[in-house]
Amino acid sequence: MRRTLLEGLLHRPLSEPPPAVDAAELEAVARAVGVAARARLGRSLSIREIDAGSCNGCELEIVALGNAFYDLERFGLRFVASPRHADVLLVTGPVTHNMRAALLRTWEATPDPKWVVAVGACAHDGGEFAGSYACERGVGAVLPVDLVIQGCPPTPLALLQGLLGLLALSSPP
Amino acid sequence: MPIFPELRAATRVEGHHPWPRFVVDVASWRVAGGELAAGRWTLLGLWGEADSVHMAVLRGERDAIGVLSLPCADRRFPALGARHAPAIRLERAAQDLFGLVAEGLADARPWLDHGAWGVRAPLGPGEPAAEAAAPYPFLPAEGGALHQIAVGPVHAGIIEPGHFRFHADGETVVRLEERLGYTHKGTEALMQGADLARAARLAGRVSGDSTVACALAFARAVEAALGLAPPPRAVWLRALMAELERLANHLGDVGAVCNDASFAIMNAHCAVLRERVLRAASQGFGHRLMMDRVVPGGVAADLDAAGAAAITALVAAVRQRFPRLVELYDNTASLQDRVVGTGRLDPALARQFGCGGFVGRASGRDFDARRWPGYPPYDELRFTVPVREEGDVNARVWIRIAEIEASLGLIEQLLAGLPAGDVRAPAPHGAGTEGAALVEGFRGDILAWVRLAADGTIARCHLRDPSWFQWPVLEAAVDGNIVADFPLCNKSFNCAYSGHDL
Ligand code: SF4
Repeated sequence: MRRTLLEGLLHRPLSEPPPAVDAAELEAVARAVGVAARARLGRSLSIREIDAGSCNGCELEIVALGNAFYDLERFGLRFVASPRHADVLLVTGPVTHNMRAALLRTWEATPDPKWVVAVGACAHDGGEFAGSYACERGVGAVLPVDLVIQGCPPTPLALLQGLLGLLALSSPP
Repeated sequence: MPIFPELRAATRVEGHHPWPRFVVDVASWRVAGGELAAGRWTLLGLWGEADSVHMAVLRGERDAIGVLSLPCADRRFPALGARHAPAIRLERAAQDLFGLVAEGLADARPWLDHGAWGVRAPLGPGEPAAEAAAPYPFLPAEGGALHQIAVGPVHAGIIEPGHFRFHADGETVVRLEERLGYTHKGTEALMQGADLARAARLAGRVSGDSTVACALAFARAVEAALGLAPPPRAVWLRALMAELERLANHLGDVGAVCNDASFAIMNAHCAVLRERVLRAASQGFGHRLMMDRVVPGGVAADLDAAGAAAITALVAAVRQRFPRLVELYDNTASLQDRVVGTGRLDPALARQFGCGGFVGRASGRDFDARRWPGYPPYDELRFTVPVREEGDVNARVWIRIAEIEASLGLIEQLLAGLPAGDVRAPAPHGAGTEGAALVEGFRGDILAWVRLAADGTIARCHLRDPSWFQWPVLEAAVDGNIVADFPLCNKSFNCAYSGHDL
């Protein structure tokens, strides 16, 4: 134990430099985020993740954001356990009919101002599951979506890029 | 001697590979139920069709595999679940999806159908359903000071959705009941009529953490139906991807189990190793989870020298770092206090349910589909299959640790012996035949069954996730533990939600 801890202290951190934020993506976020919100939130966002019927691939990459390479919390972004503590709902999956009610209730439990980020091809438009009797065509069919992070699943870097964009625009200048 | 002498009135179906399929009558279906209930056979899967029901069984420890089909023109079949509990949820699912009636099934509640689809029996008659869903009656527990705790489907962590209903007496769990189906996406309906490429993409999205194993099970079933042999290089590359997937998941799980015992440093270090596996996979095959890389006929991505070098470096890195983490796990008394003796799964139950993977092998069930029935290239590789008897959280962690070591050895052998040549054989067009496959994913054996239409599309495909036979016994393993240990028990099982719900 001691050796592992000591090495952790002596080695260079694994965390990578933050990725550049996509300009076009930023603009899309900019339209969604109001000035009032910037003043209220400061430089931090609390995120509640909701699996609305994903295949769990997206969850794996969202969990990876917490590892030492991406270290999400250094940016002031953190995952919270309750929607009542959240500013951002990060939603994955096509939204199965069986999850629709739970997703809506979670959204209603989240205080304003709040943003919805759709993560992955499924959350974008249903992906491979579009047209199924058991699914909606993505999060947009159920909730107002502020940002889409594409990919199947999006890489942690793509996720970080999207979330940093959201952070930049929701913070005071 | 016939393969299944127990079945008297059984007609073998032509064109079903590699194991035989028999059409049986009600009497033989009941005989099969008796063999299962007596523990002489193990249920490998049970699935419906519009006018029949099928089961896949394993005879003895590893004697033979067969598929039995019961035509049910009047949409009724005798429930196996009445005598053999592992069949109950599968039969409830067949009722929900196909509108079949499992006669004599004590638990008449729907399973996957939450009343939200707007249609009843979507793969059967597909009648429009009334809007309002009836409330789901959970099983009762009676006693003086019991209270209920309802958890989910939205959980506190970043995990898949499902509902857990606890009855607790103070801190002690008296009854846990799971309710699943929240991630049901209608995958099997989307498969019907899909061409092979689209169906392979769907198979790879049944459970993202097992995308390689699921796609491999699907591809092998299709290849069995078509009599198609993928080139040797593709066979070896598939195994390489499958072992990388196993390595990544086991590393993640070992860390996550410790994290649920509030020992975060293990999680931090295991997560770094897991990330290294995904990066090597991305360098080798162009996708971190290796999604859509296994396809019928071979693989869709070849490995170049740089990719092979990345994977070689990965093996060295894990070999260097992981033993020290194992030592840390083994020598931390506070952690051992949480995992030893917690969430014990009785070996008899593991045998009855045919639990695969680390859940079964930590409770004495010595089964690994790579070894038996076996599939190439594992017959040419050396690997051990760890088995323990204790059945607790600790045993499930140790099985994973041993399997990480086994996978590292396999990856080295696969890289060293990788044959040259093509990586994909063109799939011949259409056959109207059927195929099945059993593939060892990181959670256990995945069963795939396909029937091809004459035009080469999928007429029917069923993928049975290992979790079908693990979720039910989690309820038993948690019994008598404290509520606060549930996350630990649950993580040590790490059952699939999406893979189960389809
Ligand atoms: S976008 Fe891809 S990885 Fe994410 S849930 Fe959908 S199928 Fe799975």
